[in-house]
Amino acid sequence: MPTEAEITETIVIRLRALVPPGVEIGPQTSIMGDLGLDSLTVMNFVMWLEDVFDVSLPMDRIVEMETVADLARALQSLGAKEAS
Amino acid sequence: MSILDKFEALRHAHEALQELGADPFAVCFDSVASATEGTVAGRPVLIFGSNNYLGLTCDPEVVARGVSALRAFGSGTTGSRIANGTYLGHRTLETRLAAFFGRRNAMVFTTGYQANLAMMSTLAGRGDHLLVDADSHASIYDGCRLGAAEVIRFRHNDPTDLARRLRRLEGEAGDRLIVVEGIYSMLGDRARLAEIVEIKRAAGACLLVDEAHAFGVLGENGRGAAEEACVEADVDVIVGTFSKSLGGIGGFALSDLPGFDVLRLACRPYMFTASLPPSVAAAALAALERIERTPSLRRTLHANARRFYDGLAAAGFALGGEAGPIVSIRLSDTPTAARFWAALLEAGVYVNLALPPATPTLEPLLRCSVTAAHTTAQIDYAVETAVAVGSHLGAIGERRSIDG
Repeated sequence: MPTEAEITETIVIRLRALVPPGVEIGPQTSIMGDLGLDSLTVMNFVMWLEDVFDVSLPMDRIVEMETVADLARALQSLGAKEAS
Repeated sequence: MSILDKFEALRHAHEALQELGADPFAVCFDSVASATEGTVAGRPVLIFGSNNYLGLTCDPEVVARGVSALRAFGSGTTGSRIANGTYLGHRTLETRLAAFFGRRNAMVFTTGYQANLAMMSTLAGRGDHLLVDADSHASIYDGCRLGAAEVIRFRHNDPTDLARRLRRLEGEAGDRLIVVEGIYSMLGDRARLAEIVEIKRAAGACLLVDEAHAFGVLGENGRGAAEEACVEADVDVIVGTFSKSLGGIGGFALSDLPGFDVLRLACRPYMFTASLPPSVAAAALAALERIERTPSLRRTLHANARRFYDGLAAAGFALGGEAGPIVSIRLSDTPTAARFWAALLEAGVYVNLALPPATPTLEPLLRCSVTAAHTTAQIDYAVETAVAVGSHLGAIGERRSIDG
């Protein structure tokens, strides 16, 4: 199983592709608040992560998540498998 | 500081739209001459932005039956059926709906929105799993939030993704309820029911199909997408509405599940709201009978839809979904969509402006809808007007790849 740090790294790499170059992204970055991503983009991004780690994130968990670290922890707690 | 400050971004988005000359929220029909014609700000418009698929809103018999019930039973019921009693019209409508769909049980709700709220929040409880199509209507999402079940979205109309998500649930306790729509309201695409049913069977899940936009429209008898796909026996619960092809308002849920009636004592959106006014129930029943009696309405609808779709497609517009009563023109940006919408209205053609994030893709849509009541002259005028405006705005042929 990937570590939280490894999951975080995957999330950050993917998020970089969704925002303008040079935007700082770290574990404490707020995905919607800091990056200005709309809800639809975030939901599609989450679906991509679900495929990568082979888990399903229930919607109530998604609503609770704010930062990159929240998302990484949630994916790990659900039993994220090796990134494919 | 105001309690409304949190809506500042929304207010700005609305103002930006108004600055482009478009305010779809301000449209007011000050008169309606027929199912396809009305006036907005005193000017005549052709209505190509409704869900009045069979054109029954102004059907003389539907109106007369509503009026007759209004006189016989009064203007409203003033309360819920649980607290204040059922009226004959509710019961008759439920019996006739159940017969029309060949189901044992029917429950009528005050709106289609409430029917979905009720089913999502009550059928699936704590420890159960709701698997909903990602492009589901807001009423489905809101119903999920009202209930206590775990909610998992699957990619829009993607049976493989649904199967993957059901597989991830293997070994977990709780019922699984899959939720799809017969026709999706924004792009008009249809659920891939034949494949979804296979997956449902393999997983031992229940299947709910919201036939809101497909009831009266699809299937040999107008029973919807499940009838068209020959999978009715595999659909555990059907949800629908009277506010589209039946031309009124109200919702319903149908099922063969034994003991389904117990939901009358469990569904909060059924129990804690006033029931349908008898006039509305009577008009819906009249419209249902009209659908049963006049299958040619459906044929006319599809011929009209084909004429409209083909006209726009031939001109080079990028269209969403497939040829059907909902035809959406896909555009690249909001300013173009707003100007397009406003120019159409100015030329006397009313359609719906749908903007992200309320659209399934991140692009704005001009959602047009065709009815059985449109004349070919009206359809041709709408197509010609859209082509003229679209050419002027450079909005034709800019996005040729159509991926639904």
